[in-house]
Amino acid sequence: MSDTITEVAPRAEPRPVAPKKRNWLKIVATVLLVVFLIALPILTGSQVAYLKVAQYVLIGTVGGIGLTLLVGQAGQLSLAHPFFLLVGAVSYAVLAGGRAGDDSASPDLVGLGLPPLLAVIGAVVICGLVGLAFAPVAGRLRGIYLGVASLSLVFLGLWLGQSLELFTGGTSSGRPPPTFELFGFAFANSTPAPTIAGVPIQKQQRLWYLFLVFALGAYFLARGAINSRIGRSWRAVRDNEAAATAMGVNVARVKAGAFTISSAFAGLAGVMTALWLDLVKPDENEFTGNYSLTVSIAFLAIVIIGGLGSVPGAVIGAVVVYGLQQFFLLGANQFGWFADAQFGGLSAVILSAFVYGAAVVLVVLFEPGGAAAIGRRLTSRFTPRKEQ
Amino acid sequence: MGTFVQLLVNGLGKGAVYALLALGFVIIFKATEVVNFAHGSLVLVGGYVVYALKDTLGWLPAALLGIVGAALVALLVERVFLANARRADPNSLALLTIGLDVIITEEIVRRVGAAIPFIGDPYDAQPIQLAGITIFRTQAIALVVGAVLITAFFLAFRFSSWGVAMRAQAENKEAAALMGIRSSRVTATAWLVAGALAGVAVLFMATQDFSGAGLGRGTHAIALIAFPAAILGGLDSTAGAVVGGIVVGLTEALSAQYISFEFSKSAVFLVMLIVLVIRPSGLFGTKELSRV
Repeated sequence: MSDTITEVAPRAEPRPVAPKKRNWLKIVATVLLVVFLIALPILTGSQVAYLKVAQYVLIGTVGGIGLTLLVGQAGQLSLAHPFFLLVGAVSYAVLAGGRAGDDSASPDLVGLGLPPLLAVIGAVVICGLVGLAFAPVAGRLRGIYLGVASLSLVFLGLWLGQSLELFTGGTSSGRPPPTFELFGFAFANSTPAPTIAGVPIQKQQRLWYLFLVFALGAYFLARGAINSRIGRSWRAVRDNEAAATAMGVNVARVKAGAFTISSAFAGLAGVMTALWLDLVKPDENEFTGNYSLTVSIAFLAIVIIGGLGSVPGAVIGAVVVYGLQQFFLLGANQFGWFADAQFGGLSAVILSAFVYGAAVVLVVLFEPGGAAAIGRRLTSRFTPRKEQ
Repeated sequence: MGTFVQLLVNGLGKGAVYALLALGFVIIFKATEVVNFAHGSLVLVGGYVVYALKDTLGWLPAALLGIVGAALVALLVERVFLANARRADPNSLALLTIGLDVIITEEIVRRVGAAIPFIGDPYDAQPIQLAGITIFRTQAIALVVGAVLITAFFLAFRFSSWGVAMRAQAENKEAAALMGIRSSRVTATAWLVAGALAGVAVLFMATQDFSGAGLGRGTHAIALIAFPAAILGGLDSTAGAVVGGIVVGLTEALSAQYISFEFSKSAVFLVMLIVLVIRPSGLFGTKELSRV
């Protein structure tokens, strides 16, 4: 919240700026992180389950970035994120799905047979447009009223998912998402598989790199938006709509734009969810499932834990909320955690909910800026003070 | 015609329960400007106490203790967490209640386990046959209890010194404090009352008649339906909460019958959306004024 609308005002006299000191520590850390992420499939080797956890974190990252832009930067509370995830997943399956008459096509499902890359772009665009369609409502409402209004989309998605079986495949079986392909290179298992350092690059390794590209793209797009005119107009509207109007910001358009962009991010996360699960299946009820109210809350927790409006924060939030859940599930599957009666019904999902619920409470009480504020404080300790 | 009357009574019964929950939201919002996302978990706490005690103590004492339990947990939430974060703005306090909601709900879900019990023993699944129509006993009793409690609340809100203090604080917190009204006490009682109402509501919610969903995540999700009720009426209007509750209850019952059961919950939210587009602050809510 430190960056206020005052930065919009041009300085009276541009001072000569001292040559920017490069923060070597930051650069080295970033390079190390990127190398680590690229090498992850090699580090995990045949333990694909660990890679699945990391993939899931990237889904949370992309969705979380989208929500932090909307809630933190533009100041619009939304609980509708899972709905856009569902729209993205189903759109991808429909756009890329086998056309009627193809061998692979199921006679009960609609498919357009587009190339998968086009289908991903299409799914993202469709989600953006659906978000835009909600703009007339979003533009009129504020704060908690908007939050509850957006909740209606989750319920609408539940109902549509159940009734439009032609598109979604229905709640009982769902439909398989088409394999992602890029210029003839399929993101699926193959023989022989290319190897890096002795590790075969099969389906899950390929999906990891795909997700990494998606996540990095989302990250830098969001950073770019925040640091540009778009981000400034979001913050202006968030801080004071009347003042923003006075400064020439079209409030209605900015709000609609924020909702559209956030929905598009969620749509991409939806496509990733479909590929990750290898299944597109609407939920059976509103409180459990991949597109349910639980997910609404989880995404909000990602954003709060990371610090409202912070893109790197959303990454950390995704690690805490999405990563821990999958990590505990992995432990349950591989090492039999929570299996004994002594845990008293404690499951991976419940334990991770305890952790992120507590994290949300602690963040609001002690560090309202979230992980981003903690990070800023830590890095400022290691960077030389700027000369005034 | 018979079906319609039947739906009307059952819908009103559900509406009374939603009104109790929505009233809880509104009381807390009026006293503190905090939207309590943890209301669903208070509902679960009350239900869990009933479930845990009804076999040893009998249903009625367990039910009373459940109401007390929900009220005390609400008070605890306010005293321990919200009272210590006074300087945080209401929006971040709402986020705080989300965190609490997750923790409390998961704990109850863990404790209940696979049981997912129904807790409306004395009246559940015993429909009343009356002049050729079938009325769920749960909804009928809920309607009566709801009417009594809501009337009692409005009388207290209008005439008791607590009610006057509540309204004064809702009007202007600083002025009320200068007039000698203890803000912390008003806030604490608001949470206490809201918790107790949630404790009453759950006695009807976790039944086969009401939803077929036992005590668990399902009940928690039903409590979320009270959100549209409160929003529809206007978050700062007690009368609006009652109207909103009834609208939501009737919408759910009628659309479940005439459109489809799956659609009924979406219908509730669609009605709310339509109201919000026309009146962004709900039917009876105070319009937000912005000054430049």
